[in-house]
Amino acid sequence: MTGEIAVGQIATARSGDKGNHANIGVVANDGPAYRLLQAELTAARVQSFFAGLGASRVERFELPNVWALNFVLYNALAGGASQSLRIDTQGKLLGTAILELKLPLSNNG
Amino acid sequence: MLRIANGAGFLGDSMQAPRRLVEAVEVDYLTLEYLAELTMSILARARQKDPRQGFARDLLPVTRSLLPTLRQQTRLRLVTNAGGVNPHGCTRAVAEILVAEGLSDLLIGVVGGDDLLPELNRLQSTGQQFINSQTQQPLDDLACPLLAANAYLGAGPIVEALGRGARFVITGRVADASLTVGPAVHEFGWSFDDWPRLAAATVAGHLIECGAQVTGGYSDRWRDHDLTNIGYPIAELTEDGGLVITKPEGSGGIVDRQTVVQQLVYEIDDPRCYYTPDVVADFSQVTVQTEASDRVTVGGAAGKPAPDSYKVSMAYQNGYTASGQLLVYGPDCLEKAAACGRLILARLEQDGIKLARTHVETLGAGMGVPGDSSRQAPREVVLRLAAQDDCREAVQRFVEQFAPLITNGPAGLAGYASGRGLVRAVLAFWPSTVPKPLITPTVEVKTAAAWAEEERI
Repeated sequence: MTGEIAVGQIATARSGDKGNHANIGVVANDGPAYRLLQAELTAARVQSFFAGLGASRVERFELPNVWALNFVLYNALAGGASQSLRIDTQGKLLGTAILELKLPLSNNG
Repeated sequence: MLRIANGAGFLGDSMQAPRRLVEAVEVDYLTLEYLAELTMSILARARQKDPRQGFARDLLPVTRSLLPTLRQQTRLRLVTNAGGVNPHGCTRAVAEILVAEGLSDLLIGVVGGDDLLPELNRLQSTGQQFINSQTQQPLDDLACPLLAANAYLGAGPIVEALGRGARFVITGRVADASLTVGPAVHEFGWSFDDWPRLAAATVAGHLIECGAQVTGGYSDRWRDHDLTNIGYPIAELTEDGGLVITKPEGSGGIVDRQTVVQQLVYEIDDPRCYYTPDVVADFSQVTVQTEASDRVTVGGAAGKPAPDSYKVSMAYQNGYTASGQLLVYGPDCLEKAAACGRLILARLEQDGIKLARTHVETLGAGMGVPGDSSRQAPREVVLRLAAQDDCREAVQRFVEQFAPLITNGPAGLAGYASGRGLVRAVLAFWPSTVPKPLITPTVEVKTAAAWAEEERI
């Protein structure tokens, strides 16, 4: 079948800060979910989903043994914990937000 | 087997958690982690106003709450970075409590030498440029005076303090994971080039350093487990680097594969290189397995030789900031909130005040995440504006613009009874490094009585 699936249906997520950079850790519920995320939850897709943050670059790291992906969103925090004027100075909400990102489901997906 | 618990993940964490933890289960070490970059600079400002301040004052009531357990469990030791920018002041304040409670003989070790502020001229004169690791500028380019400059020390001085019998170890800026690595190295006698074991203890420290975030806190599955009496984490380490993460029996929350992995990838960048002063830990091949209910086995940590410099965080003041909020109600609340935001800034401009940076958010419409837009029209939103400027007076005028809208703005506004927002200093950071040989960590171990005596001198 084809269609869409939200990240939150197959994974959990948590985000935080490293200076002016944000990170989002996405942990898949099981092996098949990890493989789907690995194929579809690309750095480019995450960067475009969070376009409003104005990140200069998004990098993805894989932790296959624990079915997790780590995204680093560079310069995404408008100055970071000390200088950002946003209510979410540390990017704490990004983990919850990414759960709503929709991924395409292909026939072999 | 060594049991290291963590009862605090940041300054502001639960004041009851440390006591609940050690009353629920016997552990060998209780760690309390209070520091973050921003915390250090807030503490530095406190020290600027009063040289006796500058440490995590939460440790004082927490110490009082731990007294009955400290008497009963005579093996229990405490390792904390509550010292902030004033570990000696922190120690004297803790010592006074212990002496007043009859624990005068308790040995307290203080780890210092992380504070580079007094050393900065000397270090710069030896050619240290303190290049900003994000902008590549040398520190000389910074025009403002520094409020704080601290190196992130490793586990070494903690091991020394424990070896000299300290039951409390109070540090300044020490890497978070080193609070766990220190006790492990002390107990197991690992060498400081045993990279796999140092990496295993670093993973343990990283997993427990944020308190209840590894035991079911801050979880998407918040419906599934009662969080009222959430258990704080315990790392069980063995001599060969084996690791189990667990929590007190009967406590709330959960420890399972998901909570542990979620914390493994929390606030890291490249999982192959988790830098600490003790080891460069490789998380990428870590394995996580649920062994039993609320018991998770963690293996596979690898380690590379420790970096030859310490990370350094420096803080300086960069102008002033303030924020204000108003509740905006009604079917037209989004449009009205935007209009109120424009009004506030237009009225300032009318008086010739142009703020360097401003930010407008309509909370309730999804703007907590910039770029998100409401999928449904909300019935009410909270309008929030924040501003920053070098001129304190301009920021003060900004916070004065909110309340008047209650009578001279649109109808349907409320929620400004709590008064004007406070104008506060903006603290900015200068991340850098310093070669390890240039820094000398200090360790002093004395009885509570001797530390308290020093207080009176």
